[in-house]
This record gives sequence, structure tokens and C-alpha cells, in this order.
Amino acid sequence: MTTTALPLVEHFALGLDAPICLTWELTYACNLACSHCLSSSGRRDPDELSTAEAKAVIDELQRMQVFYVNIGGGEPTVRSDFWELLDYATSHDVGVKFSTNGIKIDAEAARRIAANSYIDIQISIDGATADVNDAVRGEGSFATAVQALQHLSDAGVSPKLSVVCTRYNIPQLDRFKEIADRFGAQLRLTRLRPSGRGADVWDDLHPTQAQQRELYDWLVLHGEGVLTGDSFFHLAAYGESLPGLNLCGAGRVVCLIDPVGDVYACPFAIHDQFLAGNVRSEGGFASVWRESDLFLELREPQSGGTCKSCSEYDACRGGCMAAKFFTGLPLDGPDPECVKGYGEMALSKVTPGAAPKPSLDHSHKGGVRGGPVPVTISVRRPDKACDENPLAGISSL
Amino acid sequence: MSDVLDRAWEISPSVSVRPESFGALLYHFGTRRLSFLKDPRLLDVVQRLSDAPSARQACTDAGLADTELPSFDRALSTLVSTDMIRERQP
Repeated sequence: MTTTALPLVEHFALGLDAPICLTWELTYACNLACSHCLSSSGRRDPDELSTAEAKAVIDELQRMQVFYVNIGGGEPTVRSDFWELLDYATSHDVGVKFSTNGIKIDAEAARRIAANSYIDIQISIDGATADVNDAVRGEGSFATAVQALQHLSDAGVSPKLSVVCTRYNIPQLDRFKEIADRFGAQLRLTRLRPSGRGADVWDDLHPTQAQQRELYDWLVLHGEGVLTGDSFFHLAAYGESLPGLNLCGAGRVVCLIDPVGDVYACPFAIHDQFLAGNVRSEGGFASVWRESDLFLELREPQSGGTCKSCSEYDACRGGCMAAKFFTGLPLDGPDPECVKGYGEMALSKVTPGAAPKPSLDHSHKGGVRGGPVPVTISVRRPDKACDENPLAGISSL
Repeated sequence: MSDVLDRAWEISPSVSVRPESFGALLYHFGTRRLSFLKDPRLLDVVQRLSDAPSARQACTDAGLADTELPSFDRALSTLVSTDMIRERQP
């Protein structure tokens, strides 16, 4: 049944008329302060899209036949018009999958979700136990997520349980599956990216080489029963591909709309270098998607660079653009977590501190109550041997 | 061959069809399943289904040769099994 000149995946690499789906972060506001937050969220941006502007974006997505949006943030449910926008999208042929930490998912919200068959919800946890989860996501966040799962289960909703894989939770893969099964949820594992605040903790949190192999074997064993959002395609170099498209879809089949309407190539690349335009500009989202210089460039055939001579290049295609960028590696070289070890070699040559920093930071100033506690111990000496001034140590700007 | 070609079909009400250069994308809002039509002629056939008395007639109207029918039969059977198209009640 293939009379086309190119395999399907090559068509995807060259870009589609509209994204298959896109990520839309509705707000930078968040009640949590997860240490690895890919969008450095915390405080609302005063320039976030208004309800009317957000609805205009939905109208455009409907015209472009974007089948569904992955809504996130920040914590999207803290927007006062969150449910209004959800209802608007699903009544305009745009399905919604949204990610939440569960803070607003009470019994009533769960019933509301159950009543709309075009909504999927995913609850984020990053540990199968409170200690592992809360160390990254903040005190009490595990209990909040479990409470939300219970409400959803009671309402007959089958949610997704979304986990970012880290060095500390890869030993818990079976336990995540047990939690998912207990609540009738589907498990979704995704890759930790060094994006946003994730750049600050990536060295400590990202899986070891041995854990990557363990994860790969576990994913192969569980097949299509566990979702991955196509995020582990760099592991395809171990052997057989994992289910999914197995390519970097940035600017080709996916993209990100951020809370102020900026369009980035992917959710993990919030940096000026990957900024394609803004939905508020003339021509709106459609012209950004179809005509921006950045996206047209991403759809050009990729050279493969130094990876081209690798025997596994066709499997992993050089890995994740954002992971390379935020660890200071060249975009046409190996992924920092290259399973052949070329990434580690390349990383050892990167000057410490030379990696690009995210362009935006909406982190809470001073953190949040119960927020994750950084494990780094300060080596700053007190200004004086005994200084009781609460402003001690804060240098003037 | 199955008997798919001899029955009447229509695109399922929950399915959205988006033409693309290689053919089309089909998305089923109920099952959340995405399908790819990797041939513009298959899209043509699928879009003719609801007005044709049989899938075979839709294929003929789309200008397909008899020798091509087995592969279109297989493709349509896959779309049936995933509820992308469903039998039309006369």
C-alpha cells in the first residue's frame, strides 16, 4: 500500500501542514517548584494570553485540524478560565490532554472530566514513594497526586500516570506500574531533559548508563502497555526501536506554544534560538508553523554531523536537540546520553558553565513552602562570626 | 480477500480526516488512535465511500485497476478493524 516515494517517517521529518499535536503551556504559574521543571515555572507572567486570545488560538487549531493539544504549564488548572478553555477546545474539535500535579482535582473536577470524553488527564509523580517524589517535587506533592488519582478512580476516569525518569526512580519502575494498575491508570514514562531548572539538576538526576539499559529492557518488556511520548528514541540504538515514531518531531510534527503565545520548536527548548514566532503576530499560529525561518530550517534534511559515521545513526538519529543544546554540546553531534558513550566523551570536553542558559525564568523567588530542598551545601561563610541580621549575606545589587 | 469491498461504508462520526502531501492523517477522537493513509488514492477512495453502494464501486470511481484491489482491500480492512470506517446501514 505504499506508492509514495518516501517512507512515512521521512515525510514527517520534512514537516506537515499542521502539527499532529502540540504542547500548550497555559500559564507559568505553579503551586509547586519542582527542581527539574523544564519551563522554570512558578510565577504567572503578566503578559499571558487572555481568555479571548486563547480561544482565538483554539479557533485556529480547529481550522488547521490539529487533532489535540497537550496542555501543561506551570500548573494549568490554576488559571481561573481553565475549565472554560477546556470546554471551548473540545467543543471545537480540538481534543485535550492535560498534565497536572493534581492540586485542583477534587471529586467535582473528576466528575467533570468523566463527563467529557474528549479530555485525557495525566497526573505527574516522579517517585513511586513520597520520599523519592517529594525530594524533587516538594513536600506533600505525592499525597496530593494520590488523592487526585483516587478522585479520578472514584469518578470512573482512567488517567495517565506521568513519570519523568531519574536516577532515583528507575529502581521503582515496577512500583510505578503497580500504582498505575491500582488506579486503573496508564503509565507514561518520559525522559528528563536538561531544560529550564532541569539544567541545574541534570548532572545529579539523569539516569546512569546502566540505568538507561535497565529502562530500555523494561520498556521493551512492557511494549505498548506503557507510553513514552516518543521521548526515548535515543535508546533505539540498543537494538529494536521502542513503539512510536522514533524521530525528533521538533518543528516538524510538534511544537510548543508558551503562556505568552511564543511558539518554540519543542517543549524542551524554551530558548531564543528555538523561538519561531508568536501567535499574536499577523498570520497567527498558522503562519509561524508554515513560514517561520526556524521551522523551515528544521525541516531541511539533517546532515547527521559527527554521528553520521556511527553504525546506530539510523536508529537514534543523533538523539534530542534540546538535551544537546542545554548541556553545551553541538547540535550535529551525539546526544549527552548516547548509549554508545560518545555523549559522555563529548561532555567531558565542554567547559563548565559554558552551556546556554534558558532565556526565561519564572521560578518562585525564594522557593515555596515545602519545596524541594537542594542537596548542594553552601560553602559561603557567614559575613561575621555571629550575624543575626536577617539580611546577612545578601549583597546589594 | 475479505468481503469488505462488497459492503457499503462511511467514515466513522468520531473520525477527523486531514489531507497531507503523502495522503492523509486520520484521528479517531474516541479511541485516540492516529492512522496514516500513505497513498493519496486511498484518501480518494475513503472520501468516496459514503456515496458509493460498495467499497468496490468507490475504488472503481477512484480509477483503480482490478489488480490493485487486493492491496486496497487490505488497507480498508485495517480501517474497519480500527473503527476508522464503519458499515453503513442502508
